[in-house]
Amino acid sequence: MIDLHGFGDQLLQGAVITLELALSSLFVGLILGLLGASAKLSSVKAFRWIAHAYTTIIRGIPELLTVLIIYFGATTVLMAIAGLFGYDDYIEVGAFAAGVTALGLTFGAYATEVFRGALQSIPTGQHEAAIALGMGPIRKFYRIILPQVWRIALPGLGNLFLVLLKDTALVSVVGLEDIMRKANIAVSSTKQAFLFYLVAAFMYLALTIISMVLVSYMEKRASRGLTRG
Amino acid sequence: MDFSVVVEYFPRLLEGTWVSLQLVVISIVLGGVFALPIALARISPVGWIRAIPFAYIFFFRGTPLLVQIFLVYYGASQFDVVRESFLWPILKEPFWCAIIAFTLNTSAYTAEIFRGAIQAIPEGEVEACKVVGMSKYQMYRRVLLPRAFGIVLPAYGNEIILMLKGSALASTITILDLTGMARTIIARTYTPMEIFLAAGAIYLVISIVIIAIFRQIELRQNRYLGTLSIKVPDKG
Repeated sequence: MIDLHGFGDQLLQGAVITLELALSSLFVGLILGLLGASAKLSSVKAFRWIAHAYTTIIRGIPELLTVLIIYFGATTVLMAIAGLFGYDDYIEVGAFAAGVTALGLTFGAYATEVFRGALQSIPTGQHEAAIALGMGPIRKFYRIILPQVWRIALPGLGNLFLVLLKDTALVSVVGLEDIMRKANIAVSSTKQAFLFYLVAAFMYLALTIISMVLVSYMEKRASRGLTRG
Repeated sequence: MDFSVVVEYFPRLLEGTWVSLQLVVISIVLGGVFALPIALARISPVGWIRAIPFAYIFFFRGTPLLVQIFLVYYGASQFDVVRESFLWPILKEPFWCAIIAFTLNTSAYTAEIFRGAIQAIPEGEVEACKVVGMSKYQMYRRVLLPRAFGIVLPAYGNEIILMLKGSALASTITILDLTGMARTIIARTYTPMEIFLAAGAIYLVISIVIIAIFRQIELRQNRYLGTLSIKVPDKG
C-alpha cells in the first residue's frame, strides 16, 4: 500500500470541499445558463446584447483570471456598495464564495450555448400545443419545454460538468482547502511531490469517472419516454 | 478605480503577453505533432495498441491541468535519478516544464479531435480509395488526412483558445506570463482590479483574433463544399 504519511484523511476532506464547490457552482451555473439562453433568444435587443457580452467575455478570459478577479475584486465592489448604505467595516469574500461565483459564471456562459441550442431544437408545434391546451407561459415552460430541453442538453451539460470539476483545482490558488491545496500542504511537509500530486490526479480521475457514470444514468432516465427508432 | 496604472505598466503586460504567446504556440505545435500518431493508434484495429492511447487520453483529459503542471515541475525533482540525468537542465526550468505539461495535455485533447474527424469521413471515401488501388499510406496522405483537416478546424480553433486560457496556469510555477506579470505588478501597486481587468482584456483580444483567423482558414479549406457545413463532433 502507498504510504501517505497520514495525509490520507486530509486529502479526503479536500475531496469533500472539491465536491461541494463543484455542486454549488453547478447550481449557480445552471440557473445562469437558463437565464442566459432565454436572454439570447429574447425579443428584447438589450437582453440579447447583455447575454452575448456575458458569454463572449467569460469564454475569452482564462478561468484562473476569473477566479482572481472575483476573489480580489469582490471585496472592492462589495465594500463600495456597502459604503453607499453607510456600512464602512471591512468585508472579506471567502475563497469558497469567490470560487462558486467565478466557476458558476464560467459554467453559466458555456451552458448558455448548450441551453440555447436545446431550446431552439424544440419544435414550434410543442409550444403551440401547450398554448392550445390553455397553459400559461410558466406552466408551459415547466411541463412541456424544460423536460425536453433537459434531455437534449444533458450530454453537453455533462461535458461541462467534467470541465467544471477540473476547474475547481484553480480555486486552491486563492487558498481554498480542496484536494489540490491539501496535496500542496502534504508536499511541503513530506517533500514527496510526485507521490502526492499523482494521488491528487487519481482522486480527480475517480471523481470524473463517478460523474460520467451518473451522467450516463441520467441521460438514460431523461430519454426513457422515447421509443427506440 | 484608477486606470492610469494600466497605462504605466502596459509595456510590462505586453512582455507577459509575449511569454504567453510563446507558451501557446510551442505547446500547440508540439501537441499537434504528437497528437497524430496518438489518434492513429487510438483507432487501430489491434486491441492493445488502442488501449495505450486510450489510457493516456483518459488520464490527461480527466485530471486538472494544474495537477499536471505540478506533477512535471515539482514531481520530477522528487527523484534523484531525474536530478542527476541529462534532462535536469530542462526540467529545472519552469518554462520548459510548462511546455512539457501543456504539450502532453493538448496532445491528448487534439488526438481526440483528430480521431473524431478521421472517423467522421464517410466509409465510401475509404472504399473509393481502395478501388482505385491506393496503398494505405497514399489513402491517408491524399484523402483521409486532408479531409480530416477540413473537418477538424472548428474544434481545433477551440482547442487553441482553451490552451491560451490554460496557459494562465503557468503563472503558478513562477513564470511571468500575462497572468504572472499581472500578479507581480499587483504585488507592487495593490491595484488588483485594474491590472487583472487589463490582462483579461488582452486575453479577450487574442481569443477574438484566433477566432477570426480560424474562420478565414475554415472558409478557405472547406470552400469546395459550397454553402454546405459539416457537423463536427463536440469535444468533451
